Amino acid sequence: MSATNSDQSVTDDRVARIASSIRVIPDFPKPGIMFQDITTMLLDPVAFKDTIDLFVERYREKDISVVAGVEARGFIFGPPIALALGAKFVPIRKPNKLPGAVISEEYSLEYGTDKMEMHVGAVQTGERVLIIDDLIATGGTLAAAIKLLERVGANVVECACVIELADLKGRDHLGDKPVFVLVSST
Amino acid sequence: MSDGENNGSADRIKAIKSTLRVVPDFPKPGMLFLDITTLLLDPKAFKDTIDLFVERYKQKDISVVAGIEARGFMFGPAIALAIGAKFVPLRKPKKLPGEVISEKYVLEYGTDCLEMHVGAVERGERALVVDDLVATGGTLCAAMNLLERAGAMVVECACVVEVPDLKGRERLRLHGTPLYVLIESQFEPTS
Repeated sequence: MSATNSDQSVTDDRVARIASSIRVIPDFPKPGIMFQDITTMLLDPVAFKDTIDLFVERYREKDISVVAGVEARGFIFGPPIALALGAKFVPIRKPNKLPGAVISEEYSLEYGTDKMEMHVGAVQTGERVLIIDDLIATGGTLAAAIKLLERVGANVVECACVIELADLKGRDHLGDKPVFVLVSST
Repeated sequence: MSDGENNGSADRIKAIKSTLRVVPDFPKPGMLFLDITTLLLDPKAFKDTIDLFVERYKQKDISVVAGIEARGFMFGPAIALAIGAKFVPLRKPKKLPGEVISEKYVLEYGTDCLEMHVGAVERGERALVVDDLVATGGTLCAAMNLLERAGAMVVECACVVEVPDLKGRERLRLHGTPLYVLIESQFEPTS
């Protein structure tokens, strides 16, 4: 079903407001990096609500039973989406934060490695999963989250982020998994 | 009886409580950890948790919901969205990219620090602080100090669970801010 002109223009207005509510902070966390700060969008209740609505509209008919959010900014967007879809929310966390038995996935950083963890038993084989983070850069974090979920037999339907740093080509590093973003930044 | 049971919500509270799990020996041997991630796996219980907070706060002219990293992020935003308030994350040091104000607080061993962006909150705003759990109240007090330093008035602190005997409620009473919790934990380890 294609959007009518007026549907598309409503969506474009919402995305424009969201994009303009995001603040860029130069030289964070290091010199030369332009950091996309979504906290200013969270201060605009209309922009924040529109962000959640745009994701919910896309996924509501897709039988998603799990929304997995990557620590920590994925915890801000994932739960409201999960609640609206009637899905479980599963936090994917840094090491040693989750108290129960976990499975871990190591992934590469620019220097060294890090690990992400998920509780054993949180996701069942065959569940349809949406992975949420605020931003996709190199795709390293999302690729690791996809691996973690596939190891328990889940079906990762899509990854969804508010922002994409297009020049870093993160979407090419996710195998066959599609990524949906609201705002693409260069 | 905890606060949440007073207005006909007893069935919802009971169901929410049954989803929580106690994990022994975490983070250290001899300790008991109250895990809310199992609540998040039950869509009805999670929705009821948010609804109970929203019902309480929607008529209270709250313009800011501040959530404490990281489990406060799982509850605060949904409440903020439902009541039309801003969401302000209160974070560990060096996570927020812009200019921040910091508040140090005391742990069992050593100190920690909570930060908030300058400009997130304006003078005179009415704020709610949200976290999953209150134990000693140290983190909540640091959060309230940040908001008050920015000129906001903290109307209440809201948590899903209270761990009794750690005097968090008393600490907040001394600060002058009420505490609302849905569940008071009894710490019976689940099988």
